[in-house]
Amino acid sequence: MAIRERLSGNEAVAYAIKQVNPDVMPAFPITPSTEIPQYVANYIANGEIDTEFIHVESEHSAMSATIGASAAGARAITATSSCGMALMWEELYVAASNRLPIVLALVNRALSGPININADHSDSMGARDSGWIQIYAESNQEVYDNFIQAFPIAEDKRVHLPVMVCQDGFITSHGVENILLVEDDRVKSFVGEYEPEHYLLNPEEKMAVGPYAVSNYYMETKRAQRQAMIQARAVILETAARFEEMTGRKYGFFEEYQMEDAEYAVVIIGSAAGTCKAAINEIRNTTGKKVGLIKIRVFRPFPEEEIARALSGVKAAAIMDRSEMFSATSGPLGAEVRAALYQARSEVEVVNYFYGLGGRDITVSDFKVVYENLETIARTHVVTGMYEYIGLRSEQSEEV
Amino acid sequence: MANEKIYDRINEQSPWQDITEGNKIFEAATSRDFCTGEWRTATPVWDADKCKQCLLCTPVCPDSSIPVTAGKRESFDYDHCKGCGICAKVCPFGAIGMREGK
Repeated sequence: MAIRERLSGNEAVAYAIKQVNPDVMPAFPITPSTEIPQYVANYIANGEIDTEFIHVESEHSAMSATIGASAAGARAITATSSCGMALMWEELYVAASNRLPIVLALVNRALSGPININADHSDSMGARDSGWIQIYAESNQEVYDNFIQAFPIAEDKRVHLPVMVCQDGFITSHGVENILLVEDDRVKSFVGEYEPEHYLLNPEEKMAVGPYAVSNYYMETKRAQRQAMIQARAVILETAARFEEMTGRKYGFFEEYQMEDAEYAVVIIGSAAGTCKAAINEIRNTTGKKVGLIKIRVFRPFPEEEIARALSGVKAAAIMDRSEMFSATSGPLGAEVRAALYQARSEVEVVNYFYGLGGRDITVSDFKVVYENLETIARTHVVTGMYEYIGLRSEQSEEV
Repeated sequence: MANEKIYDRINEQSPWQDITEGNKIFEAATSRDFCTGEWRTATPVWDADKCKQCLLCTPVCPDSSIPVTAGKRESFDYDHCKGCGICAKVCPFGAIGMREGK
């Protein structure tokens, strides 16, 4: 029987860490992820787990120590947010290219500047090209479930890539929700003992990690790294299936909500999907209009074909970005979904929205306006431009 | 094979499928197999007559390029010496001079 609890997202991740009992956790505090290492430090101080906690002087060191521990053969994790992850930047790429199965609990927060501590995806979206698998959550339950699944994905021989388990700062990290926890022994058997095949502390095998690779090798190395990301697709789905067997909770690359007959769809990442679902229920109950949602769970590897297929029946779609990328055209999710639709020769009308930057609220009414706009676009076939905003104060009627 | 070198297995003709995961090298001391001395732009020259075999130069060499046999230093390992000049600086007897070029 699952354990019923009420936990914040940070508590849920810390509890999962306690259940996994990883070998090493180097970490440096930063809002809003600070509580995760704090709770883990408590577990260690109380003798509940024997994880080696390393007090480092910065996030640059936190990721460096995590990489060192992982290369040495330890199951190594860390947690961070925003500018903390920005300080890890160099090492993020090293972790991925050295093919180390590190798990990072990321609590999404806007990057400076202006300095801001609230939820947006600019930290993880900036790291989308670093070679990490990225898994996002709508709720505390999902971030807990994703965190447990991250270990078998990262450590699978076909993958050997680091995994970033993301949740929205404050909204889920500090918001307390009902949650179903898996029993300790079942979590332990789900993630298994970590037994790396090659590791630096193995006295039986000589090994060097992270050598210099000149231009004659770099390109082949990157192609091999891409192969791991391609192979991660199957492993992510297999792990989700195994998790469903254990808990009954179903996961995939994304969740389709009311998409069976949907004519107008929103594509979104993270906690705002919950608000969108409330809007969908209200619209369907009051007007019968066929509105639906695709909530991206796995952003890396990007499920391009699957998303194009899921959107193939809709008339118009709104791709919602919670971070800027200053291409001056679209946001990161907007660009990737558009590329997926183009490749699939899709004729779906698409508009890209920026919402929730730096923690700006998004409401059920906002989503109703989005769906109304989609109806207009589908009828007139006039998309006002590459992108629009939700909740932006402006003297202009259009921002494009 | 006992004498097989890492570049016999992975080299500039290898397809990407042959590259080890994360470029890991399952061998030790492979740097010996690569002639990195060719980076050198200045070269230490050892004057055996002035040398008192005090061995101050050997431990300061960052590339272990001053071999010692039976308590006595030998000529430089020019396959790996980068010409940094620390040995010349540390020698109390002027037995190491620096020459420009390789």
